[in-house]
Amino acid sequence: MLSLYVPGDSVVHRVRAGLKLAVLAALGVGLFLGDSPVLMTGALLLTLVVGVAVAHLPWLALAVQVRPVWLWLALLFGFHLLATDLRTGTVAVLRLLALLVAAAVVTATTRVTAMVAVIEWLASPLRMVGVRPDRIGLVLAMTLRFIPLVADKAARIREAQAARGGSRVRLGMAVPLLIEVLRMATTVGEALDARGADDVPVRRGGRRARLAA
Amino acid sequence: MRWGRRAAGGADDAVATGAGIELRGVRHAFGERVVLDGVTLTLTEHRVGVIGGNGSGKSTLARLLNGLVVPTSGTVRVDGLDTRTQVRAVRRRVGFVFQDPDAQIVHPTVAEDLAFGPHNQGLDDAEVAHRVEEMLDRYGLAGHRDHPAHLLSGGQKQLLAIAGVLAMRPQRIVFDEPTTLLDLANTRRVARVIDELEQDVVVVTHHLDLLDGFDRVLVVEDGQVVADGAPAETVPWYVARMG
Amino acid sequence: MRNGSGTFRRVKSRDLAYVALFAAIVAVLGLLPPVNVPGLPVPITAQTLGVMLAGSVLGAKRGGLSLLVFLALVAAGAPLLSGGRGGLAVFAGPTAGYLYSWPIAAFVIGLLTQLFWKRFNLAWALVANMIGGIVVIYAIGIPFTALFGDVSLWASFTGSFTFIPGDLVKAVAASVVAVAVRRAYPVIELPSRRATAG
Ligand SMILES: Nc1ncnc2c1ncn2[C@@H]1O[C@H](COP(=O)(O)OP(=O)(O)OP(=O)(O)O)[C@@H](O)[C@H]1O
Ligand SMILES: [Mg+2]
Repeated sequence: MLSLYVPGDSVVHRVRAGLKLAVLAALGVGLFLGDSPVLMTGALLLTLVVGVAVAHLPWLALAVQVRPVWLWLALLFGFHLLATDLRTGTVAVLRLLALLVAAAVVTATTRVTAMVAVIEWLASPLRMVGVRPDRIGLVLAMTLRFIPLVADKAARIREAQAARGGSRVRLGMAVPLLIEVLRMATTVGEALDARGADDVPVRRGGRRARLAA
Repeated sequence: MRWGRRAAGGADDAVATGAGIELRGVRHAFGERVVLDGVTLTLTEHRVGVIGGNGSGKSTLARLLNGLVVPTSGTVRVDGLDTRTQVRAVRRRVGFVFQDPDAQIVHPTVAEDLAFGPHNQGLDDAEVAHRVEEMLDRYGLAGHRDHPAHLLSGGQKQLLAIAGVLAMRPQRIVFDEPTTLLDLANTRRVARVIDELEQDVVVVTHHLDLLDGFDRVLVVEDGQVVADGAPAETVPWYVARMG
Repeated sequence: MRNGSGTFRRVKSRDLAYVALFAAIVAVLGLLPPVNVPGLPVPITAQTLGVMLAGSVLGAKRGGLSLLVFLALVAAGAPLLSGGRGGLAVFAGPTAGYLYSWPIAAFVIGLLTQLFWKRFNLAWALVANMIGGIVVIYAIGIPFTALFGDVSLWASFTGSFTFIPGDLVKAVAASVVAVAVRRAYPVIELPSRRATAG
């Protein structure tokens, strides 16, 4: 439920997450440097080929990710027709679309844990200002763990309030939910300490290797 | 300050003298509120129970034993290690299981959560993996290895929480009301798990039958240990006193 | 909760928990269906309510970090934005500026909340949430749309107007909640002014 990853075994799936992200970043910069409709069309077709033919992603998996911005792209195009010209509008829309599809391909072929490992790696320079990169990975993992828990707590509070005859519950449940969550944070913090979260810094690489595998 | 702490962390196995947990003249206050006072104890038994009314100070006492709480005055030593100055070494020796497993499972899947403690201890990947497998097997969680932790039942969650602590192989484990949120079947299951542990345990509980076969039971009231002895004496005394 | 004997490190671990738990709250708010409020042009989504709450309950640093964590997970492919959106694509869309603004907004709200903490009440909470949760978000989102979509700033500005009434409703809601939470369980601790001992 908590991932847009589409399991698979293609080359694209197997390429390291960091490399995929680097290519994506390069593409982003490249597309904004150029402004020919041919270049943009080519880029869009290329990303589609990589996604659908090479990575064997279902169209739907890509559409799901791109769909939320359809309306914006249409509005953008309309605006350009009115304000500038057809060519500028086409380039702007194709550029965004190519970038969106490329991003969708990376997301659909890379596990969340592998991405988290890259985030941890990207954050490693922060070591110099005293941030421990493995803690970033920990907080990301904890958030994934707590999302269903917080959702459960919210549902339970809503039921309890409904049982006491509360009907307009939306805002009323926010306060007890937040207080319950804040109280729990104290125990979570203690549990982290009890399990050695603040113990000697871990060796570099170990966790990353395990996560990215 | 930093340097001192680091030295203390490294001195894990070096300075362990006197076996057991020793509290001497312990007093603890949260702000103005004194919750423990004049507690002096030496715990060397295999299984120690702690009972007492709500708010009597049991959890605070339990938290003192692995340095989650440092006493306002007095000292707590675990195998000779002071919880005030050698807290990391103490925590490596003393595992802690909380009442609510949801608050101590911090990774999204079962296997990842089991790996968390051993990983923090700096063990290599092979050893971490070995311990994860061992715990999955021992607590019947092998079929749930990659399952989201929130899909486990309440009893399974508490077993996972216990397994997560055991994977770190502490010499002692403190339990703070490990069965309070569980139904009868799971309470029995956790009781059996505690029974079978080789480690020394301290169990805070309101479930008095959990203490069958314990070596020693303390009764806490208003921040003081008011009875201390074999469960056959202290438990009935406590029950009578509660009226 | 006073933390009488807490060591420095212990506070740190609890802060990690605060950050993760609030990131989770923002995600859960994204699961709520948009609410139609009579008289408002567009339905309200709850997620920016989470931005405001993170800032006004946790303060600047932890609030901002919790939104950074949330966005990092979205980028990593978790579909946590309202409507089940997520992945890298949402960071390239023309409205991505609004997303980028969230950690900054939470930080600013937290900063203002800390500033007002001693006399914090509904009015001050509203000031913090409107400046951080509306002005900051639009000040980043609008130019971003203009730049990214090659449209004029004015067009981008007018295009975003339909959302402002909903945001005002959210600022009021967040402020009411923040004041109630502060009364029951204050989390922000101002650095206690130490006597400058010689
Ligand atoms: N962090 C804290 N800050 C302030 N007061 C606290 C804190 N933790 C505990 N207390 C207070 O200290 C007293 C003892 O608490 P403790 O949790 O040790 O009791 P307990 O015996 O475990 O109770 P229960 O059976 O309800 O778990 C209580 O009055 C409680 O309100
Ligand atoms: Mg207790």
